[in-house]
Formats: sequence, structure tokens, C-alpha cells
Amino acid sequence: MSEVASASHVVEPAETPLTPESWGKLGMWIFLAGDAMSFGTLLAGYALMRGSSENWPVPMEVLGINLTAFMTFLLIVSSVTMVKGLEAIKNGDNKGLVKFLSYTILGGAIFLGLQAYEWTHLIQSGLYIAENPHGDALFGATFYAITGFHGLHVTGGVIYLCFIAYRAKAGKYSSTNWNEVEIVGLYWHFVDLVWILVFTFIYLL
Amino acid sequence: MTSNEHGHKEHHTNYMAIFWWLLALTIIEVLAGIPEASPSYPQILKASILVGFAVVKALLVALYFMHLKDEKSVLSYIALIPFVLCVFVVLMVLPDF
Repeated sequence: MSEVASASHVVEPAETPLTPESWGKLGMWIFLAGDAMSFGTLLAGYALMRGSSENWPVPMEVLGINLTAFMTFLLIVSSVTMVKGLEAIKNGDNKGLVKFLSYTILGGAIFLGLQAYEWTHLIQSGLYIAENPHGDALFGATFYAITGFHGLHVTGGVIYLCFIAYRAKAGKYSSTNWNEVEIVGLYWHFVDLVWILVFTFIYLL
Repeated sequence: MTSNEHGHKEHHTNYMAIFWWLLALTIIEVLAGIPEASPSYPQILKASILVGFAVVKALLVALYFMHLKDEKSVLSYIALIPFVLCVFVVLMVLPDF
């Protein structure tokens, strides 16, 4: 091997069919798969509690469906603004990215506010983790555990989005460098996806 | 970090169309769930509609917003595993119902 070749030779990781374009993206997907298991087992436990209960209340009669339907709509909109933000930076539009990231953060923050409002209202009506004036006490436990766990994910997501928005504002991303934006988008869409399932199983069914 | 060097399909997804589908499905779901809107139809039909619609909505978000449709299939398998496992978990606790 000549000296010139060894001086400029860069060792690349071996290409296999499984080598991803982005290790960060693969890492996020694997994290989300694990996180999906966490939510999945919570929901499975909920199904078991509810299925083997004699006096489970009808969720629609205890919980505010109109508000939560709006919260679902809000998260879906925030997913759209997130993906529009990614599309913007892919086209080199950094201003658009910052704008859409801001909308996404706003949607998430309003969702959290509404969730807090709903919880306050329910607690004041007597629904606690171990007490339920409408029937089986486990209704409260499962409700607060699952919506709380999801709410924590939304909170983390909003903080994460703020961090990425700050970097976007500082001009870190471009039409050839948007991997981090795609990765935060994956997390945010996951949070939306989980809510779609939680809304269906906890509120509607 | 750069992306989009090889294998990444480039085509414009109509995100707004996906949004309208998600909105429509949500509205139908809520209507299907309200006791007043659907007073006397069997619980099993209601459950099937609601779960079916939820799965479709989740797929729309996963395939189009998370771009699973455009990615290498290994990511789809990684994403699919938890759902298979969760069905397994539910089936495993069914005897306790």
C-alpha cells in the first residue's frame, strides 16, 4: 500500500443489507419498539383488569369525550406540523422548519394543559388512583397510570422538540443535514400513535 | 450527519390528505362510541369498528408520517415486533378473565 493511499484511507463500516442510512434513526426505532412494549403491557393489563371486573364504569359516562376528542385532533395536527417541518428542511427552508417546530411544540403544550385540566376535573369529582365513585376502583388506577405515562412522554417530547428547535434556530440544519429533525419527528409521531390507541381503548371502547 | 445518500425513495407524500383521513376516521370513531349516537347495536360490532379504525389510523401515522413505507423493510419488522408481542401478552392473560 502506498503512503499516499494509507494517509487518505478512511475505514468505513462494512456494508450489509442491514446497515442503516442513519444509526441514529435505527436507534430511535429500536427505542420506540421497546417503548411500545411498555405501553402495550400497560394496555394489556388494563384489558385484563377491565375484562375481569364486575362493575367497570362506561368510560364515556365518566370521562369528557369532547375534550379528549379535541386533544386527539390536536396531537394529529401536531404530527402534521412536525412532518411539514421535516419536509421544509429537506427543501432547505430553515425558517419553515422553525415555524413548524414551534407549532408542534405549541400543540404538545396545549395537549398537556388540557390533560392537566381533565385530571383536575376528575380528581375533584372523586376519581383517584384507589377510589372511584362510579364503580371499580381500578378504573382510576388504570386511567391515571396510562394517561399519566403517556403525558410524561408528551412532556419529554416537548422538551426534546424545544431542544431541536433551538438548534434549528441556530442554523444547525440544512437540506443535506436533517437527520436529527427526522429522529425527533419519529418520537413525536410515536407519541401521537400511542395516544390514538389509548384514546380508543380507554375512552371509547 | 447527512442522510439520503442511497436507497431513500424520493416522492412527495400528500400529508394533508393523510390528515383529512385521520380526522374523518376520528370523527366516525367518536360517533361510533357515543351511546346516544348508537344506542342499540351489539358491543362486539362497536369494538371491532373502534379497534379496526384505531389500527388503520396507527398504520397511517406509521407508514406515512414516520415514513415506514419508504424505509428499508428491516425497520418495519422492528416496528411490528411489539404489536405481535402485545397480542401475545393479551392472549396469555385471557385465562385470567
